[in-house]
Order: sequence, then C-alpha cells, then structure tokens
Amino acid sequence: MANETPVSIKVNGKEEQRDVEPRLLLAHFLREDLGLTGTHIGCDTTQCGACTVLIDGKSVKACTVFAVQADGSEVTTIEGVGAEGELHPVQEGFWEEHGLQCGYCTPGMIMSGIHLLNENKNPSEQEIREGISGNFCRCTGYQHIVNAIQYAAKKG
Amino acid sequence: MAVVTPKMIGERIKRREDPRLIQGLGTYVDDIKLPGMLHLAFKRSDIAHGIIKSIDVSEAQSMPGVELVITGAELKEFLPPMPIGTPFPSPDHYSVAVDRVRYQGEPVAVVVAADRYLARDAADAIVVDYEVLPAVIDPEVAMQGQPALVHEAFENNLAVPYVPGGTGFDAEAGTVDNSAVDKAFAEADFTLSQRMMNQRLAPTAMEARGVVAHYEPGKDTLTIWSSTQNPHILKTFVAALTGIPDNQVRAIAPEVGGGFGCKINIYGEDYVAAALSKQLGKPLKWIEDRSEAFQATIHGRGILAYVDICGKNDGKVTGLKIKLIADIGAYNMILTAAIPTLTMLMLNGTYDIPAIRAELTEVFTNKMPTDAYRGAGRPEGTYFVERAMDMVARHLGMDPAEVKRKNFIKADQFPFATQMGAVYDSGDYEKTLDLALKNANWEGLKAERDRAKSEGRLVGLGVSFYVEVCGLGPSASLPTGGWEYSSVTVERSGKVTATTGSSPHGQGNETTFSQMLADQFGIPMSDVTILHGDTGVVKQGIGTFGSRSQAVGGTVLMKAGDKVKDKMARFAAAMLNPNEETDASEMVFQDGTIYFRDAPGNSVTFADVAAYAYVPVPLPEGLDPGLSEQAFWEPSNNTYPYGCHISMIEIDRDTGEPKLLKLIAVDDCGTVVNPLIVEGQIHGGLAQGIGQAMIEEVVYDDDGQLITGSFMDYAMPRATDFPRFELDKTVTPTPVNPLGAKGVGEAGTLGSTPCIVNAAVDALSEFGVTHIDMMLRPEKLWRIINQGGKS
Repeated sequence: MANETPVSIKVNGKEEQRDVEPRLLLAHFLREDLGLTGTHIGCDTTQCGACTVLIDGKSVKACTVFAVQADGSEVTTIEGVGAEGELHPVQEGFWEEHGLQCGYCTPGMIMSGIHLLNENKNPSEQEIREGISGNFCRCTGYQHIVNAIQYAAKKG
Repeated sequence: MAVVTPKMIGERIKRREDPRLIQGLGTYVDDIKLPGMLHLAFKRSDIAHGIIKSIDVSEAQSMPGVELVITGAELKEFLPPMPIGTPFPSPDHYSVAVDRVRYQGEPVAVVVAADRYLARDAADAIVVDYEVLPAVIDPEVAMQGQPALVHEAFENNLAVPYVPGGTGFDAEAGTVDNSAVDKAFAEADFTLSQRMMNQRLAPTAMEARGVVAHYEPGKDTLTIWSSTQNPHILKTFVAALTGIPDNQVRAIAPEVGGGFGCKINIYGEDYVAAALSKQLGKPLKWIEDRSEAFQATIHGRGILAYVDICGKNDGKVTGLKIKLIADIGAYNMILTAAIPTLTMLMLNGTYDIPAIRAELTEVFTNKMPTDAYRGAGRPEGTYFVERAMDMVARHLGMDPAEVKRKNFIKADQFPFATQMGAVYDSGDYEKTLDLALKNANWEGLKAERDRAKSEGRLVGLGVSFYVEVCGLGPSASLPTGGWEYSSVTVERSGKVTATTGSSPHGQGNETTFSQMLADQFGIPMSDVTILHGDTGVVKQGIGTFGSRSQAVGGTVLMKAGDKVKDKMARFAAAMLNPNEETDASEMVFQDGTIYFRDAPGNSVTFADVAAYAYVPVPLPEGLDPGLSEQAFWEPSNNTYPYGCHISMIEIDRDTGEPKLLKLIAVDDCGTVVNPLIVEGQIHGGLAQGIGQAMIEEVVYDDDGQLITGSFMDYAMPRATDFPRFELDKTVTPTPVNPLGAKGVGEAGTLGSTPCIVNAAVDALSEFGVTHIDMMLRPEKLWRIINQGGKS
C-alpha cells in the first residue's frame, strides 16, 4: 500500500524489517506480521495489560504503541523470555504457584512481573499488587499471581 | 522396571497445561490463520430501541478489499432465528436485526473484508437511519407496558409473567396454597421487609469472544473454531441453523481464555460466520473487541427482589416471601429464562424454614440479554436470603452466626427436601460454620471491631453461609441432556489417551483428569494425555458449566477407565496364568505393573499387557483385541456444595470509600482431587463476588445507552482491590457420584456478596442503616454517613 512506512524493530534479539501502515498497532504487528501470538489483546482502551511487552526494558502495553513508534527499539515478548528447560524465574513462579488458569492474561502478567522485579528485586506484597495493577486477571483473584512473583523474587 | 506411582488424587499437583501457556504457546482462536481467510466486522446499533428505516451500504461496498456487505433482512433469507434452550415462549431473535433494534450493540449489518482493519473501516461507513422508539429500561416500569413494548406480542413486556414456587405449590396441578405461609406471617413475632437489587454485571473473560468458520464446498463440511465452553452444543446448534448435517460439522474449542458462563451461549456472530463461510466458500474470522463484548456478550444477574422474612424473638425464622423480578434484556438467549428459576430454587438457603413463598416474573427491557454468569442465579438467591437472615440478627440484636446456627438444616436431616423442590444431597453446616468462626477468631474479630468503632472508625463484620446447586445434572434438569462423555484408550505403548466432553477454559481438567487416571491404572501422570474441546476427537459431550467438570466429567472418566481396566485385567490374567480360569477383579494395578492380589511377586508390566492386547497371540477366550472404551453417565441428582464466608471491612468516614480488610472462607465441595486448583477456583470466584459487592455494575442510562462500555467505566477488580484470602475446607462427600466431588467453580461468587454487604451495614450501623444495595460506591456510603442513614 502506498502509505506504508518502513520500520526496523529488534524483537527478541532478531532484527525485523517491514513496511507497515502508520496506524498499525505494535500488538498487531507482533501478532500478525511476525506471528508472535503470545502477546494477547484483551481490550481496546489500554486497561487490561494482556499485550504487555518490554520496549527497551520498560513494560509497555503494545496496543497503545504504533509499530512505527517502536522503530529502532528493542522489543521483548513472552516468546523471548525463556523456554522449557530454561524458564525465566517469573515463568517458573507462575507454574509452581498456580499463577494462571485460562492463561490469557498470563504473558502480559509475566512481562509486568519481570519488569517489576527488574526495578525492585525484593518487593513487598503491596508493591507487587501495585506493580501488576495495570494488568487484569479475571480467573485467579490475583493471590496466586502474587505468590508467583514472590517465588521469582526469592529465586532471584 | 517398575516405577513407584504415589497416589495422585488429593495432591497439590502443578498443572500440565501451564508450560505452553507461560511461554505464550497456547493457541487461542485469534491465533488461528487459514489460507485465504477473510475477516468479519459487525455494524451495530447505536440506539437502544428503534425501527430500521434504511441501511445505506453503498460506500462500504465500494471500498477496496471489501468482499461482501449484508444486512439482517438479507441474512434472514437463509439464516433462521436463533434457537434457545428453555421452554418459555420466546420472540424470534435473528443473528442480525431484521427491521427493528432492541438493544445498543445489536448487529444490523455484516462486512466481509480482506483484513480486520478494512472490515472495521467498511462497517463504520454503513449508514443506518432509525425511527427512534422510547427505551424500556426500568423493569418495574416495563411491567406496566411503559414506555413501550420491546416485543409487540409480549403484553406488558412480560417474558415470563408468573412462576410460583415454595410451600403449598403443587407443580402438577399448578395450584398455590398460601395457608402455611399466611399462618407463619400471622403468628410471627416480627416481619422485616426489604427491596434488594442484585445488579447487572459483565462477565469479562479476558479473552473476548471469537470464531473462525471454514466451510469446504467439495466436502460440504464445516469446521468451526470458537471460544466456547461447550463445542458439542455449538456443533449441534450451528448444524441446525445452517442446514449442514451435524455429522458434517466439527466444532473446536481451542485454548479458551476464560468463560464464566458467557461462552455457553451460541451467539449470532457464530451463526453468521458459519453461514457466510458456506455462502462464500471461504474461511472467515471474527474477533470481538472489548467494547463489543460489553455491549453484545451476555450480562449476568439483574434480578430485583422484594423480600419479607418473619420469625420468633428467639431467632427462629418461620417464614419467607420473595418476589423476584428479572430484568432479562431484549431477547431470550440459550438459558436466559432459566437462570432466575435457579435463584428461586435456592431460596431455601441452608435453613429449615417451614414456609416459603416465591414468585418470579421475567421482563423484557432494551438491554443486552442476561444469561449464565458464574453462579448463574444462585448468587442472587444466596444474596437475598443471607441479607434477610442478617437483617433478622440485626433486628433481634443477636450474633448473625448464631441466627444461622439456630435455623440450619441439621446434619441428620440429609438428604433434605427443601420447600423449593430441591433435594440437598449431604451436609454438616454447623461443622463448617464452627471452623470458619474458629479460623476467623470470631470473638476476637468482634472485639477488634468494637474497639475500632469506639475509636470512631467505621469497621464492620459480615458472615454468610451459602449452598449452591452444582454438578448439573440429571437430564431432566438440562435441555441438552445432563450427562457427560469420556473415552479411555490404553495405547500399544502402555501410554493412556483419554477424551472428555468437559471442555475446559482454565479449570485444569488436563491435570485433574490425569491425576485420576494415574491412580486408576497405577501409572505415572506423565503417561496420560487428556484430549478435549474438539468434536472430531471427542465423540460426544455436553460441556463445562454449572461446576460439573469434576462431579460429572470426572465420574464418567472413571467409568470409561473402569471398563478398559476390566478388559486389561483379563489380558493380564491370561498372561500370568494362561491355563487357568482366573478372577480378573482380583488384579491389582500398581507402579506400572499388574498382578494377582495374593501374588504380588509375580507381575507383568502395564506396557507388556498393552502390547499383548493389540497383538493377542493367543487370543484369550472371550476377549476381543484392543483396549479402548467409552462411557456416558449422568448423575441421579445435582450436588449441593456449601460454605461459610466471613469478612471485615472499613469505610472511610470522610470519603465513604470501603476497604476490604479480611476475607475468611471455609468451603465444602466434597472430595478434592487437586487442592491447588480448588483454591484457585475459590480465589477467582471470591474476586468476582467481591467485585460485584464493591465496584462492578453494568449501567444503562434512561435512553438505553451503555454507560459502562469499556474498562474505563466498568470497574474490573485489580490486584490492589483484595486482601490475602484465608481459605480452609471441610470435606463432606456427595453420595451422588462415586468420587464424592460436588463442584467448586462458582462457590466463591455465592458467599462473598452478602458477606461483604452484611459487613458494610454493620460498619454503618450507627447511622441506622439496615440495607445497602450493591455495589458499595463510595458516594452512596458517604450519603449514608452524611444524610442520616438514607442511601
């Protein structure tokens, strides 16, 4: 299409170059153009946090960023944080502590948890609850998610 | 080599579902891409009530990338009205409105385009001209036939004019004898009356709805992926409506991102995707966005009650009258009309009340229809009864826990036939109450509250006791049939593959069902695979709702497992003792081996027996090759789990803002297969119940505009809204199934709402308040504090 703009974004360590519509959301770019479907979309008003990714190390809701705005930055999605056998401690915490049920909010919740622990290695329960308050979960009542992040914090 | 297989049932086993989900490798419906797939978008009504005068699709149709634009009137030619699952009279409900819209968000036209951005652009370009009609919003006004009729054929907007129930109601004769109820109220020491609203809620599964439909013309087959709780019901309904035979339809529930009841329904968008895929011969995808979900996915609750309760001054409740008015919205969905009847069924609560009269009226309004939302009718009933019981305690100046105890159905009264026609299976309510009071340190909490109050703080305590109907149920209680289906196959390798009609969306069935089969066969859990959610793989099924997975789905899994085990035992016996007739029931399956009970030293491995069963040379007499069996099973009755919740809240005297300080719950769901998963279910239910009590409410304005149409306006609970929940359990198995499991998925939503409102009333007792309608908006509480008890 005529109005497409080139972007170059490093996603999970790999340089990705595409021509995109200026209105294309980063969340759709990751999901549709790159096939990274672990980033979920749960709302259209930037409340739910299911699409949380890290951009240059900061947690960001990928539905609130246009792909063109991420041009030149480094993006980490759930697919880039750990794999079976070498899970990230936050992923491991979610598994050990039953921090998920349907799993839909989980990738975004894990990314927020990673960011939280990057900023604060030893958060209190209240700090954890505040740290994930930009992420909705309808299944768990959050208690096991708090436990999961505490598990990861303990593991360091 | 034999492996030692510890008993798995009852253990805190971490879930087998999680590795894929924590890596972002789950496949939800929006993750499915098919070659040549097109996208749907729906043009929706932006008014609540009106006649469609014209629809101009010309601009939309001419946009590049648009394949088709079609209106409701055009779709009606090949897509009949949607079926429902209740016996009440119902107006035609088309997938897309034909000539009149009845709620904001009702579809009026459909676009098919090359991608989802284009489809939305084209839908926005459709222009609809309406003759606006008055919106019917208040159900009590609607019952007077004002300000308009939602459906011309339903006088006074009465969807269900009158359903009686309770003491003296003869269902067969259709007669009501009020003498016992009248006598109870005439002879009572006191009567308390209260109007109570159980407000509308939005289910808000984190994954909204979505569907991919793929019709293949050469084969006349349809494969439909949908975010559903019950793919087999989806298959049946879609087949019926599209005219594709049901043996040519395959429905798949991929990873489903939460349901909470709202994904039981088959919605217009599912039917449209299927029908248009058939018409175009191309795969189609529709993904609901959150704004659409608020408007056009079913709502829950929405029941108003007029409650009268009477009793003696010693705390004994002698009579209850409850008049229910259900604001069901614009149409009947699959279970819409049935949900309030579950409210009625549970009005006996956990009490031996000698006289109860209930009446139910269901009313059409210009709102999204209501249907099953976690608890589905029972939280409403629990709320009304438990608020009324608390009012009795407050009136008499008695401890609310002691009023409950005085009126409880006693342990030796089970099975207990209620005034409402239910037969409670088992229970020991006092035991559960005692444990909850002990865990809460009830006397200490009361002292703490009194101390806080003496310091001028507004602190209150609430206690509630619930019973719910679960494990649905005998076929007489469900229009789809109340059974469940399973198959169990021991593969040639000795691995086990099971299928289940219980189609989970977060419940962890792959884990709990693997635990069960591991115990049954004496093999490691990792040797078991559970398949679900695909009608091409799971031959039959009903689905996951009404807290039935473990009680019904788990039981039928055991039944299918038993059949295979019995056959496998006979193969094993033939291997161990080829020349003698042996009793296969004496075979023990343990640690990956099979042996005679009295000869454990002489065993064969599970894997060797499996291999033999598929190449049976020689074939034992009376046996056919192979190890694969299936089972159907339905319970003889529902199950009735129960529990006690206690809360402490504080309300800010200056701002009216409430804060939940403590939530103590003791639940009894019978046998627990995996305590970790059960705790997760209770936490989730509590969060939804606390959300209802404190912050959630679907609001329409007088014109029928949805005020709470996004997460900016609908208060979805966050992690900071909750304290750490303190759980415990009692275990009273049900006699209804051999596992003894009752179900727990909805439990948390039942006890929590009255528990919290009771606490709020307690906190504000100094202002003379006796009832506060949910939710506990700070402004409402501030008015009570500042305006002499009036909310």
